[in-house]
Amino acid sequence: MDLSAISPTLLIASLMVAATPLLLAAIGELVVEKAGVLNLGVEGMMIVGAICGFAVSVETGSPYLGILAAMAGGAILSMLFAFLTQFALANQVASGLALTLFGLGLSALMGQGYVGVKPPAMGTLNIPVLSDLPFVGPILFGHDLVLYIGLGLTAAVWATLKYTRVGLILRAVGENHEAAHALGYHVVRVRILAILFGGACAGLGGAYISLIRVPQWTEGMTAGIGWIALALVVFASWKPWRVLLGAYLFGGINVLQLNLQAAGIAIPVEYLAMSPYLITILVLVILSADKSAAPASLGRPFHASH
Amino acid sequence: MKLTKLLATAAVAMGLATSAMAEKTKVGFIYVGPVGDGGWTYEHDQGRKAVAEAFGDQVETVYQESVPEGADAERAITQMALQGADLIFTTSFGYMDPTVNVAKKFPNVKFEHATGYKTADNVSVYSARFYEGRAVQGHIAGKMTESNIIGYIASFPIPEVIRGINSAYIHAKRVNPDVQFKIIWAYTWFDPAKEADAAKALIEQGADVILQHTDSTAPQAAAQAAGNVVTFGQASDMSEYAPFPRVSSIIDDWAPYYIARTKAVMDGTWETANTWDGIGAGMVGIGEISDRVPADVKAEALAMVEKLASGEYHAFTGPINKQDGSAWLADGETADDGTLAGMNFYIEGIEGEVPN
Amino acid sequence: MIHLEKRPQPSQFWSLFTPVIAVVVTMIAGGLLFAALGKNPLEAIRTIFYDPLFGEFSFYYRPQLLVKGGPLILIAIGLSLGFRAGIWNIGAEGQYILGAICGAAVGLAFYPSESVFIFPLMILAGLLGGMLWSMIPALLKVKFGTNEILVSLMLVYVAEQLLASMSLGLLRNPEGHGFPGSRNFQDYPSGHNAEILAGTGLHWGVAMAFIAVIFAYILLNKHILGFNIRLTGEAPRAARFGGVNPTRLTILCMGISGALAGLAGLFEVSGPSGQISIDFNVGYGFTAIIVAFLGRLHPIGILLAGLLMALTYIGGEIAQANLGLPAAAIQVFQGMLLFFLLALDLLSNFRIRFAAKGAA
Repeated sequence: MDLSAISPTLLIASLMVAATPLLLAAIGELVVEKAGVLNLGVEGMMIVGAICGFAVSVETGSPYLGILAAMAGGAILSMLFAFLTQFALANQVASGLALTLFGLGLSALMGQGYVGVKPPAMGTLNIPVLSDLPFVGPILFGHDLVLYIGLGLTAAVWATLKYTRVGLILRAVGENHEAAHALGYHVVRVRILAILFGGACAGLGGAYISLIRVPQWTEGMTAGIGWIALALVVFASWKPWRVLLGAYLFGGINVLQLNLQAAGIAIPVEYLAMSPYLITILVLVILSADKSAAPASLGRPFHASH
Repeated sequence: MKLTKLLATAAVAMGLATSAMAEKTKVGFIYVGPVGDGGWTYEHDQGRKAVAEAFGDQVETVYQESVPEGADAERAITQMALQGADLIFTTSFGYMDPTVNVAKKFPNVKFEHATGYKTADNVSVYSARFYEGRAVQGHIAGKMTESNIIGYIASFPIPEVIRGINSAYIHAKRVNPDVQFKIIWAYTWFDPAKEADAAKALIEQGADVILQHTDSTAPQAAAQAAGNVVTFGQASDMSEYAPFPRVSSIIDDWAPYYIARTKAVMDGTWETANTWDGIGAGMVGIGEISDRVPADVKAEALAMVEKLASGEYHAFTGPINKQDGSAWLADGETADDGTLAGMNFYIEGIEGEVPN
Repeated sequence: MIHLEKRPQPSQFWSLFTPVIAVVVTMIAGGLLFAALGKNPLEAIRTIFYDPLFGEFSFYYRPQLLVKGGPLILIAIGLSLGFRAGIWNIGAEGQYILGAICGAAVGLAFYPSESVFIFPLMILAGLLGGMLWSMIPALLKVKFGTNEILVSLMLVYVAEQLLASMSLGLLRNPEGHGFPGSRNFQDYPSGHNAEILAGTGLHWGVAMAFIAVIFAYILLNKHILGFNIRLTGEAPRAARFGGVNPTRLTILCMGISGALAGLAGLFEVSGPSGQISIDFNVGYGFTAIIVAFLGRLHPIGILLAGLLMALTYIGGEIAQANLGLPAAAIQVFQGMLLFFLLALDLLSNFRIRFAAKGAA
């Protein structure tokens, strides 16, 4: 047993990387849920984003085009969900599950020629001087572009929800769609845009796994991260900064347990793996005292009957 | 582009199917993962393709991928038998009972179950002595590590994996008495993201050689990013990461066995067997040792491969004590297959406990 | 301009007819997909939908439809009661796992003694295991108002970890050469959920599924509880005025769905699957949600939907082996079926009007 082998700097830096796909997918889902829609298809959108990003990167040689393709792929898939739930008024739970089933199959079909292929690497932004600073250097300035996009997105979503008219409309639609409709807002349009945003974020999160964190393509490689993202939104009680915190906690628990194992500490891995979910349930219970946390119209269909 | 390729191969397959004759030998394969997993199932499917290539029009191969263990497996195997398969390979441990059940109903069909231990008149079992490959890896790893810390990403605490750890450790220790193993149990065969994190954790804690018993190339990529970390391919060659960080590999090469067993069925000479083959029979392939390994180390490694293949040397040759210090193998004594098959203990020198 | 007008009541005609259209449209779209993959679309569709029922080996596949459909129907029936009342248990997968673990643990505790009481005890344990697991989201909902969708979903992942731990630890077969997984119930007569009539696929779990269908049908049509469930779903406010106790209803609906999911898990582990293993669960709990919706939350509908779903699984497997279709293509095909079904729901809930803009 040798705890001194664990370097806090490196630990924090790598948990930031581990948390990024989760953060991206969860921030997207947060916006969707803020608009009053529950999309359980995050896993499906992530994996489709993962293969779209991977395929385009390999074909064009540009990881940045791949990133764009991943966002497009996630968004296009989410359009299916938007159509079903917003126009056909289908049940959101069933539509989301169908989306995940479809996305897993589709990605596997699309990825058949990409097994064992190495994607072009996306470098880290090594900023001279800053990246070499002790401790803060590797943590703050030694990462890839997408990681910073994730952080920027969190800030942007927070600011938009809090200070802008767009954010106000989004929240109004999610809290009480009848009232929002009466005020003249296009409930369906707002929700569709939110769903597309969520799809793009999930796609980006998926591509982060296939292009940067792993990087390779294999079927089913998102391995349940989309589901954790769903939990994370609730864990964060629909607040962007808490999503960030939660993503680092969720990502951190995993990275930490691997580090502890490597340091020779015997830990019951299964029980540790349960803990994020149990903590989320606990948070849910604590939050329930605060009735304002969840968007009031979450999961309820809306149809503007005249 | 990929779709055209797909269409082309499919068209060829269709052409073959329509010209199929009744005398063709039909060989079925049941896979636990998708053929695109790049590891375990991928290599079995390579074996299937080798069978198809070796016998051309004389055989027809069929497969079913991502078959869950349990009731679904029993149905998938039955279905292949019904459709006229003469020989069926079931390629995961969890297919053991389903295979035996189906075999009882189809006495004329031959069954081959990978990694299990239940045989019958028409059921053989086969497995590979991957630990021989681990011995070679351990030797190279022990020679090449400068930090004297070797990281090991293990999957589940089962004999197969524990055997690999022990074998690698023995041979690393033999050439480098200061060597230390850091072992992470990932509790998954396949989760690229987790494997990447595990590799990073090991590297951050000073490991400059990573051995893996999980199937993805994620650890290779992590090592490449770190710059000076040695890795070995697992299941498949992973040559896209050669010559460095991947300096060699253990390849699951099922092709020779699959071809031989198919041939036996065609000739009518198939008999129940309990095969546990290693480097010698070609079931365990040692991927090319790259030039990043010093020439003398490479020569020693190749010599060891030679001796393992000929049977002159056994990877578990005493004196070896168990972790608690009690004697296991006396000087010169080699381990018996029974003990190896059920190995659930670390040998002396490895730190930590086998989780359960 | 196309204009949608909500029907006061879902249309009976379209409710019955849309699933048929959905299947047909899926066949067309799926045919196109298969053609794009270089397979003969007609042959593929025939293999999936016809061969298991009437093909050369249908004698084997027809019973298998029951084996595959049984757990789906059993779980979906339980879920549908809650869904009708607006109580969303989507963690049936976890309850299924817990049912299997508890039931198997009881059975294995008695190994190797033989007694006729062992199997009934296992059934009871499975039922209780699933029910207790579903009581967590239920009680949290009635006590604290937490969202049952999220809590039940979280508990699936907890259950999966518990399953891994059990198959590597407590329930591991001591004679299993160190491999994960429990003893096989197929080798333990007192604990084996054998076929009631050999060769028919009809094991106790399937029988239980049929009983559940009948029970749910009577409950919904003849019993005050069924009336309350329907009322709560259709007019929550009226239900409250009408004296329906939402707390009681939540506990009941979650409890029943958990119990049925637990039973499905127990029957599966002691029968077709045979043993607890790390990957014992294959997603029945999630697929059952889809089945419940496919079946319009109606007992008879669920029965048919469960069998249809089983058909696509089994037919899909045959298509894989015989035509070389990748497993992923089958998954996409099932996804399409769902999409079309959900999209066509529109027809039963809305009247489509063609009207000039502004005329409405």
